[in-house]
Amino acid sequence: MTKLTDLTITEAVHKLNAKDISAVELTDAHIAACEKADKAALNIFITPTYDLARHQAKESDARRAVGQAGALDGIPLAIKDLFCTKGVRTTAASHILNNFVPTYESTVTQKLFGAGGVMLGKVNLDEFAMGSSGVTSAFGPTISPWSGTDPAQAARKLVPGGSSSGSAAAIAARIAMGATGTDTGGSIRQPASFSGIVGIRPTYGRCSRWGVIAYASSLDQAGSMARTVGDTALMLRTMAGFDPKDATSVDVPVPDYLAALGGSVKGMKIGIPHEYRIDGINPETNALWDKGAAILREAGAEIVPINLPHTKYALPVYYIIAPAEASSNLARYDGVRFGLRVEGENLNDMYAATRFAGFGKEVRRRIMIGTYVLSAGYYDAYYRKAQRVRRLIRHDFLQAFEKCDAILTPPSPGTAFAIGEKQDDPLQMYLEDVFTVTLNLAGLPGICVPVGLAQNGLPMGLQLIGRAFDETTLFKVASALEKGAGFTAKPPFTA
Amino acid sequence: MTILQGATGEWEMVIGLEVHAQVISNAKLFSAAATTFGAAPNAQVSLVDAAFPGMLPVLNEKCIEQAVRTGLGLKAQINLTSVFDRKNYFYADLPAGYQISQFTQPIVGKGEILLDMPDGVTRCIGITRLHLEQDAGKSMHDQSPSETFVDLNRAGVALMEIVSEPDMRSGEEAGAYLKKLRAILRYLGTCDGNMEEGSMRCDVNLSMRRKGETAFGTRCEIKNVNSIRFVQQAIEYESHRQVEVLESGGTIIQETRLWDTAKGITRTMRSKEDAHDYRYFPDPDLLPLVLDPAFVENIRQHLPELPDDKRARFITYYGLKPYDASVLVAEKATADFFELVAAGRDGKLAANWVTVELFGALNKRGKTIEESPVSAEALGGLVDLISAQILSGRMAKEVFEAMVETGQSAAQIVEERGLKQVTDSGAIEKEVDAILAANGDKVAEYRSGKDKLFGFFVGQVMKATEGKANPALLNELLKKKLSGSAV
Repeated sequence: MTKLTDLTITEAVHKLNAKDISAVELTDAHIAACEKADKAALNIFITPTYDLARHQAKESDARRAVGQAGALDGIPLAIKDLFCTKGVRTTAASHILNNFVPTYESTVTQKLFGAGGVMLGKVNLDEFAMGSSGVTSAFGPTISPWSGTDPAQAARKLVPGGSSSGSAAAIAARIAMGATGTDTGGSIRQPASFSGIVGIRPTYGRCSRWGVIAYASSLDQAGSMARTVGDTALMLRTMAGFDPKDATSVDVPVPDYLAALGGSVKGMKIGIPHEYRIDGINPETNALWDKGAAILREAGAEIVPINLPHTKYALPVYYIIAPAEASSNLARYDGVRFGLRVEGENLNDMYAATRFAGFGKEVRRRIMIGTYVLSAGYYDAYYRKAQRVRRLIRHDFLQAFEKCDAILTPPSPGTAFAIGEKQDDPLQMYLEDVFTVTLNLAGLPGICVPVGLAQNGLPMGLQLIGRAFDETTLFKVASALEKGAGFTAKPPFTA
Repeated sequence: MTILQGATGEWEMVIGLEVHAQVISNAKLFSAAATTFGAAPNAQVSLVDAAFPGMLPVLNEKCIEQAVRTGLGLKAQINLTSVFDRKNYFYADLPAGYQISQFTQPIVGKGEILLDMPDGVTRCIGITRLHLEQDAGKSMHDQSPSETFVDLNRAGVALMEIVSEPDMRSGEEAGAYLKKLRAILRYLGTCDGNMEEGSMRCDVNLSMRRKGETAFGTRCEIKNVNSIRFVQQAIEYESHRQVEVLESGGTIIQETRLWDTAKGITRTMRSKEDAHDYRYFPDPDLLPLVLDPAFVENIRQHLPELPDDKRARFITYYGLKPYDASVLVAEKATADFFELVAAGRDGKLAANWVTVELFGALNKRGKTIEESPVSAEALGGLVDLISAQILSGRMAKEVFEAMVETGQSAAQIVEERGLKQVTDSGAIEKEVDAILAANGDKVAEYRSGKDKLFGFFVGQVMKATEGKANPALLNELLKKKLSGSAV
């Protein structure tokens, strides 16, 4: 029999329903796995909640016994520590929220727990979701369960990608069956690619942002991460939906994503954007991209070349808009009402001392960039211009989707890098987001599916981009890609 | 226009006002917390108001409706698309570190307010814009020697910032503008206008220029002027200060000044160089506000009668003098009171009793019209007795005083005190005859030309009738008897 920790969510739900296993058994197996990962110092959890998980599992079994099980009843999940959880410390991986325990539950986690989800704990991330490696966390970097086959590299600890670093690592290491992520510029898709798992960032407005600690409000969106396309669909179905508490959430029905899985992609048009073929990129990345296209062609889809002419502006536009919004969103961490306070001579001293002690370097850098681009005299040159280019990028996609049903691209330039690498060069780190930020700027959904291993033994995924609120098509194509790729590799460390 | 006589010539003041009017609403602008005045500190604070992590603003539709209603009441343009921006600055009573306001695209554009000045002139003051924004909390520095306390009850409460054009030329006009604006807001039910409770606050922008000059001088903004009287005092002080600076060869520095109520002066708060860079940008948590024209039209259809229209109606329907009409419509409660008194009665007489006797009595007792010891129905009853010639004007005043004291109706007082006017000419004639007969010498003196004695005879008859003789009838009879030979 398959180890309980190797089951997919879909398989586990079947076994639970068939009374082959109990939620308590399933949860205990995962807690044991968590403890093993903890011994291996993967640093996945910021706040484990094993007692709560056992309690929830017991209740789940009781519900199932009386035929009242929800869609995710008894499924052990990891929650990115950016989602506020009632009564459980929520830190955003920042020292400034070290001691913050919300009195409220985010809409997304409320929906997951309402469907019977079991929370193993709050997992690590880049501080305030600002990063592409998991390294900026005030609680230390998350370590990937993967290590390369290259003997020169084998001893080095790798990043799982970021910012949803703990979520991706937990799923890859088989210590959680699924996890929540958030994706502002690629924070679900890039770690999914680095960690050999599936991650979907739905359309902006699909999941409520209420109770999710804000990084950049116009770009932030919650999504699901798991080991199969089907599992992410199952989770997203529960997480999505209109929320009157979020003025940017959109009131459109959530379709049954699961119905789309396994459907034929025959006759569908898959766009390959010319502008994503960047010179000097890892040749393996392009080779994998070609492989993905071949898989979909094989499955009956038509591959069409498309153009997204403003692609090269996406990264600079992102690194103006996101920090601008962040500089304002993070102003509330001022030591007055909650979180860290470092006393000072007067109010301004207190602010400076608190925020200097509370925020890490990368967060401070983005606050400064954001403050600068919004300043009088610079607003027009940076922020306003960036907003205009953002509209052009959105328009590019609208045009492209007249020619195709989904777009296939790499999610990142290469495979996972080592901890410490790219740390002293923020620009190099920002380049990690070059293929992912475009759809955030356009508000579109994107999914990353593992497709193969690079020569260094590390996983590589491919990204599919869809039309707004058409996650259904995305799941359908992703499931064809998943089937064709047949990715089964496991990291060297699994619990 | 007030011309200020300086040492070197005449100066004219240019005044614009920024009024923050608290919206009457069930809840705050972006949260469901209550907005009642006087609650215990921090008793009306939601997680959104306190800017907890992950909290999001959701626009309160009632506040939008109130802003549109106010815009229509100011005959202003309603912008069907408006945008909420963040105004970023750090302060302990600003939980999010930014105030949600409207910067480049306010919900209401240009409008106007008409002022009826006591000299009969009507002045039209332009409204530049009205926008919605959040109020901040309150910092209390006087609760502890070393700490500042923060009360967030006010944080997030909806304010309408109403900005006038620099169209006012005297403190008097500024006062009239505030009174008129307050009246319009109260008529509309969009702001209670209580300056003492801070639900209406005013900043004054003032500059001086030489008489005849058309360009504006450098202005100063005076903050914290929280009563109409203080606005006028601040303008008085600041205009003299600026003229003094200018005439002694100095220049006015554009700055924000604070009105010091205790000292009666304005003083520098911060200069332009220290001004915050607010880093305004559209709030990404809120989509642009797009109004359905039908929504605006529906509010327009249900607008109440406003002061200007009411005034016009009072003049044509009740035949009131324009100034009296202005006085009566200045407060909706007064206008309503007057209309109850005037219903089915002589409007001019009713207006007279409301504006002279009732106002006098209220002023003397420091009471508002809502607290009037004499109800509109009761005052109407008094007017009835006057119209029916049961009471003379003088008797009516006496009865009115008694009504104020006792709260009884006019009819009751007349009954109890036997105050009915004597309109029976036979009875009066009898009294006249008796007085003339008893004062033969005075009659002779009168007839020989001492006209002034007429008042003496009136007084004597009134004394004999205990003031109840109808004055007109008495005059007529006396004249006839004294001029004739019938005695």
